Amino acid sequence: MFSKFINRSKSILLKKQCLTSYRYSSIISVHRDTKEDNQNMPFEFDSENKKRAEEIIKKYPPQYKKGAVMPLLDLGQRQLGFTSISVMNYVAKYLDMPPMRVYEVATFYTMYNRHPMGKYNLQVCTTTPCQLCGSDGIMKAITDYLKIKPGQTTKDKLFTLQEVECLGACVNAPMIAINDDYHEDLTAEATVDLLKQLQEGKELTSIGPVLNKRESCEPFSGRKVLLNKEPTDIRKFTRSDL
Amino acid sequence: MLRNISKIKTTTKLPIRCLATTADPASNPNRIHGGLKDQDRIFQNVYGTYGHDLKSSEKMGDWYKTKEIILKGDKWIIDEMKKSGLRGRGGAGFPSGLKWSFMNPPGWEKNVGPRYLVVNADEGEPGTCKDREIIRKDPHKLVEGCLLAGRAMNATAAYIYIRGEFYNEATILQTAINEAYKAGYIGKNACGSGYDFDVYIHRGMGAYICGEETALIESIEGKAGKPRLKPPFPAGIGLFGRPTTVANVESVSVAPTILRRGGDWFASFGRERNSGTKLFCISGHVNEPCTVEEEMSIPLKELLEKHCGGVKGGWDNLLGVIPGGSSVPVMPKTTCDNILMDYDALRDVGSGLGTAAVIVMNKQTDIIRAIQRFAHFYKHESCGQCTPCREGTTWLQKMMDRFQAGQASEREIDMIFELTKEIEGHTICALGDAAAWPIQGLIKSFRPVMVERMKQFHEHHDNKNVGYGGWIKDGKVKDGIVVDNPKPAHH
Repeated sequence: MFSKFINRSKSILLKKQCLTSYRYSSIISVHRDTKEDNQNMPFEFDSENKKRAEEIIKKYPPQYKKGAVMPLLDLGQRQLGFTSISVMNYVAKYLDMPPMRVYEVATFYTMYNRHPMGKYNLQVCTTTPCQLCGSDGIMKAITDYLKIKPGQTTKDKLFTLQEVECLGACVNAPMIAINDDYHEDLTAEATVDLLKQLQEGKELTSIGPVLNKRESCEPFSGRKVLLNKEPTDIRKFTRSDL
Repeated sequence: MLRNISKIKTTTKLPIRCLATTADPASNPNRIHGGLKDQDRIFQNVYGTYGHDLKSSEKMGDWYKTKEIILKGDKWIIDEMKKSGLRGRGGAGFPSGLKWSFMNPPGWEKNVGPRYLVVNADEGEPGTCKDREIIRKDPHKLVEGCLLAGRAMNATAAYIYIRGEFYNEATILQTAINEAYKAGYIGKNACGSGYDFDVYIHRGMGAYICGEETALIESIEGKAGKPRLKPPFPAGIGLFGRPTTVANVESVSVAPTILRRGGDWFASFGRERNSGTKLFCISGHVNEPCTVEEEMSIPLKELLEKHCGGVKGGWDNLLGVIPGGSSVPVMPKTTCDNILMDYDALRDVGSGLGTAAVIVMNKQTDIIRAIQRFAHFYKHESCGQCTPCREGTTWLQKMMDRFQAGQASEREIDMIFELTKEIEGHTICALGDAAAWPIQGLIKSFRPVMVERMKQFHEHHDNKNVGYGGWIKDGKVKDGIVVDNPKPAHH
């Protein structure tokens, strides 16, 4: 009887999930034990990360060791690929914190991916400045090409697509971030080209603006100011009473 | 950025001058601002021409006579900053010298222990990308700025809170910090002045709200970034319970050059009370979007035409401009024609300079959709601590979704305006206000567009009496699903 009830509520839950927006499914703040993510899976920093962790903890006052929770979770995520419950528990133990305090942090910040991720995390910025410059087209190109929706991972576990809020490269809009690297000034074709390269197993060689239209944040037609070969030496202008 | 924006008051009545706004273009009619010369640019490497390592930045004059400046003492530095008239570059425009002086009240020495400078590099405001350019191209200006600002506040260490997405930028900054440590510029006996100062980086993890100063402090302490109630102010009890000041990257980075060249030099740019130079990031519908350092009080039109190749489709094709990142109201073209880009001028027309992130929209823009996307942004970024903001931003988003399609009745425009007024000023931090203002700006400047959109929708649905909530006559809910009723756009 009880199990029947559970089954029923499960099916309702599933139905509801299908109905509600898929957008932010990557940050649902509820843990459900799964094959890839459960409390029995062991996790430990490797020796290199242990050294890094000690370095990080030194940045914070000894009585506020828990300040290091964010960088340590990030370290764990980089080692494992996502922030599993074991990573959170391990970090809690490492820093002598109640696990709940770590869960609070891990569920609050959107960059802790709490589900297994593809090899490449595609983060498409669609906030207004990018939208004005055509991020809809970028999004469509990716969803059409990879046949996945935001929040989903491709079957070959190569790409996870996320729709994110402003990534702070608005002058170079539209842009996407692939893992830690920004790719800017995109067009739909250029985006698909990037994906094709990754699918072929090539690493992307350049970051920043694609299509070589510009170096970084100068106008497309080249710098209009700061044209000198050498910078102005402020030493010449420094006040004399120093 | 988000921090302290609550200190700006937008006035719906135009243009009322307050006590702080004695600057009047009429008082000095002959001076036209803009046209900053290369030799007066602080961020010379903004396009990455001259290299960002220690050697290249020393060539520009970074770290020159830093020891002498430190030895002048905290009072001298603060006086010089006050003289320069620098106002905080994070959005609120609070005078930097005054803010730094709050760290040294009479008898501060008796409170023994660490004191912190926290640099806010959690740049998340849509439209803003100036701090990123500073961090990845002029990192030594920031590191030196930390030392000098820290000296002025008698701080013992600086934490630079950089947003998590800026991974490569954080790496560059860490390299610069390591270089500075190695050269003896920071650390024990910084620059040989006898002053000890450490600089640390703390990477955020993707939360816009952490740009608010107390949320940022919470985040460094290893908690969820939920803003604290003030008072106590951070200058009294801040990071790890110690006196702390949070400052924007740009405010800190300009300090060394100001101190080297003198406060008067900096004050010679821009109108009175809006002095200095500023990094403007222009995005959206311009032919050549770019980041450029210009003099404050430059006319908006000149900024766009001189540096950005003009608006797409010509100046007459301009619809509106958001002059300071997503949190300030949009200005219609009539205002844009003559407006100066500084704190007071923009405040007088009911907008704000914010972070000087200029988002340009031409007449091909769906303005309702642009603002609706902001509503989504704020819904996503609300931390959920205060009810008016948590619930309000969700409501705003849902209503804006319908408004984008026109699926509403005209009276709902007044309802959403009232709703924004219920959010504004009723939250701990300024995110509630920031969510409310874009929509208020939309209603103020573009109400006829919204009404027109609704009319189209009504006609499309045979005038079936579209009521509140976007319900038409036959619409109903069946098994938790809306049926026989048009569904609002996603975004």
